[in-house]
Amino acid sequence: MELPPVLVTTLTFVILALLVWVLLSRTVLGRGFSVPLRNMFRPVETSQYPEKPRPVAPRFHGRHQLNRYADGLEKCIGCELCAWACPADAIYVQGADNTVEARYSPGERYAEDYQINYNRCILCGLCIEACPTRALTMTHEYEFSADQRSKLVYTKDQLIAGVPPGGDETPHTDRQVKERGLNYYGGLAVTPPTLHGGTYRPAGAAPASRAAQVVPTGDLPISDEQPTDPATVGGPTRRDPGRDR
Amino acid sequence: MGLESKLPNGILLTNVEKMVNYTRSTSLWPATFGLACCAIEMMTTGAPRHDMARFGMEVFRASPRQADLMIVAGRVSNKMAPVLRRIYDQMSDPKWVLSMGVCATSGGMFNNYALVQGVDHVVPVDMYVPGCPPRPEMLLDGILKLHEKIQNETFAEQRAKA
Repeated sequence: MELPPVLVTTLTFVILALLVWVLLSRTVLGRGFSVPLRNMFRPVETSQYPEKPRPVAPRFHGRHQLNRYADGLEKCIGCELCAWACPADAIYVQGADNTVEARYSPGERYAEDYQINYNRCILCGLCIEACPTRALTMTHEYEFSADQRSKLVYTKDQLIAGVPPGGDETPHTDRQVKERGLNYYGGLAVTPPTLHGGTYRPAGAAPASRAAQVVPTGDLPISDEQPTDPATVGGPTRRDPGRDR
Repeated sequence: MGLESKLPNGILLTNVEKMVNYTRSTSLWPATFGLACCAIEMMTTGAPRHDMARFGMEVFRASPRQADLMIVAGRVSNKMAPVLRRIYDQMSDPKWVLSMGVCATSGGMFNNYALVQGVDHVVPVDMYVPGCPPRPEMLLDGILKLHEKIQNETFAEQRAKA
């Protein structure tokens, strides 16, 4: 009996496919080899690190940064709470008084010297939690290995953020600050009133509309908390296609 | 390498140095030496996701005789220090040490009687990687910087170190 050629071809394919299926799923050898065979068609998991670093998590604990207000004044008030919170004793703060002629931060004091010892720092973030003015935050930078331990002690000029556009490098004079009309910390006691020649108004007696009188919103001191970091710039964090299960 | 002591400063040796340093830095075999939690990250660095094999260093040698690089991954206790020094002495020259994590670098948050406050009290360290523990990228960064350092080494420096 002569079968039509189409049927012969189809039958051959079906039988071959059955054989392959039986080999791959029903024999020990085939079951074993089916794993690498399957994985040959999956996307590569390896990250091409130095060329294409994968973005880190949005709240990744990287190197620290000392922030500034929009006008360039430093947020750090030299209170040393970060140094007290540090479990590894990695932070050294030396505070000093702001003067009329040289103002570095709102308030009485600023950090004259600020050092973080990355030989000790465990990047736990307790200092960030302790900071009352959000002066200290963490960036996404993590590439700071060094061949000497002394290179891992970061000083204030290495940690401090750049001056935002429109701001001035510290120190400012009190006259500048007063002319700018900025009122930090929601209008509460900001600088010793004697320095400004103004009157001190206790917080309890502040009018309800204090928020409105503080500063026009456009000039409000905003923080520079967004880490400027090539890993995060350029869109939201890319998710791993293979991980969306 | 006794040649350079007999020759005046020559073009020949600079090129030999470059070539030798290239080969040394591109097949740097680490010794298996995990001490604490940093070792977990070190193993991850060797695993497929971060794949140290891309830099010719996938083989963690179990014998120090076959290793060029000691990654001190974790805190070094006073009891471990002589062992660490012995393993370092058993490694054949040229050899390098990478201190991984803050505990190995300086004792980290463990400032107490049990731990060596920095592995450079025991062995000479070529690269310090901060972090607790350093993520694999941080370790890779330290390793790549070490590669660069090796490529710029001279024979005389290397011999003075040994």
